[in-house]
Amino acid sequence: MIHVVRKLFWDFEKEEQWLNEMSAKGMALTHYSWCKYVFTETPKNEYTYRIELLDNVPTHPESIAYIRFLEENGVECVSSYVRWIFLRKKSSEGAFDIYTDLESKIKHFKRINTLWNSVMWLEFIVGLANILIGVTNYFNSSSSISLVNVILGGLLILLGLVFLRAGAPIRKKIRKLQQENLIRE
Amino acid sequence: MPESSERGALTEAVFYILLSLYTAMHGYAIMQNVKDLSHGRVDLGAGTLYGAINTLLEKNWIRAVEGEEGSRRKEYEITELGKTVIQGELIRLGELIANGKRIAGGESK
Repeated sequence: MIHVVRKLFWDFEKEEQWLNEMSAKGMALTHYSWCKYVFTETPKNEYTYRIELLDNVPTHPESIAYIRFLEENGVECVSSYVRWIFLRKKSSEGAFDIYTDLESKIKHFKRINTLWNSVMWLEFIVGLANILIGVTNYFNSSSSISLVNVILGGLLILLGLVFLRAGAPIRKKIRKLQQENLIRE
Repeated sequence: MPESSERGALTEAVFYILLSLYTAMHGYAIMQNVKDLSHGRVDLGAGTLYGAINTLLEKNWIRAVEGEEGSRRKEYEITELGKTVIQGELIRLGELIANGKRIAGGESK
C-alpha cells in the first residue's frame, strides 16, 4: 500500500524526526518531491532515516561517488530533491548517523545556512527591484502595473524573511557546536 | 615527500582510521574495525568517514589499493608518512597519559 502525505518543513531535523516517527508506525518513505512524501508500508521501525544536503547536485560525479560509498556501507538513498538527499538504513544494523564528529556536523550545518542565506538574498533583491520598479512607474504616472510590482515585491520580501527565520535555528546550532569544538572534538 | 610539519592532536576518528589501515580494508570494514577497537564507543558515521578518507588521501597519509578481485569496493592502506604521523601521535599521547597519571592519577577511586 502506498500513502501520500503533503507537508511542509522548514527544519530538516524536524523533518527527519517525523520520517522516523512514520517509520516507527510502519510507513517507510520511498519518494519525495516538493512537499510531497510517498510512503510504502513496511514492518514497523524497519528503517532509520536521515536527510543530508550535498555539496553538489546528486548527478555530479562527486555526489555519485559519495552516494555509492554510502550504499557500500548499507545506506540507501531513497530520494533526492535538488541537493537534498533522503537516506535510510535498516534499524537492525544499529544507530545511523551520517556525521559523528563536531567538525563534519558544523560543515553540514554551514552548507544549509549558506543555502538559506542565498535564497533569502535572492528574494530580497528581486523583491526590492520589483518595489523600485513599481514606485518609479507610479511617479512616472504611467500605468496600473506599478501596484502589481509593489505587491509582488512585498510578497518576495516576506518570503525572504521566512528564509531568514528558517536559518536562525541552524545558525544557533553552528554557534553551539563551534563553542563545543573549542574544548573537544 | 617532505617531513610532516603537522602539529597538534589527531582527531579520534583519524587516529582510529589510520590504525585500522595498517591492514588494507574498505570503508565498511574500517567502520566495523573502529567500533571493535573502541569496544563500541566510536561509531563513525559514513559521511564523517568519507570526508576523513578523502582528506587523508589528499595528505598522502593513506593510499587506495587494488581491492579483492571482483570487488568494486575501494580498499585503503596507511602510507609510510601516515605511519610517521601515528608514531608522533603516540609520543604525544604518551606524554599526556604520563602527566595525567602523575598529577591526577592518585585521585581516582
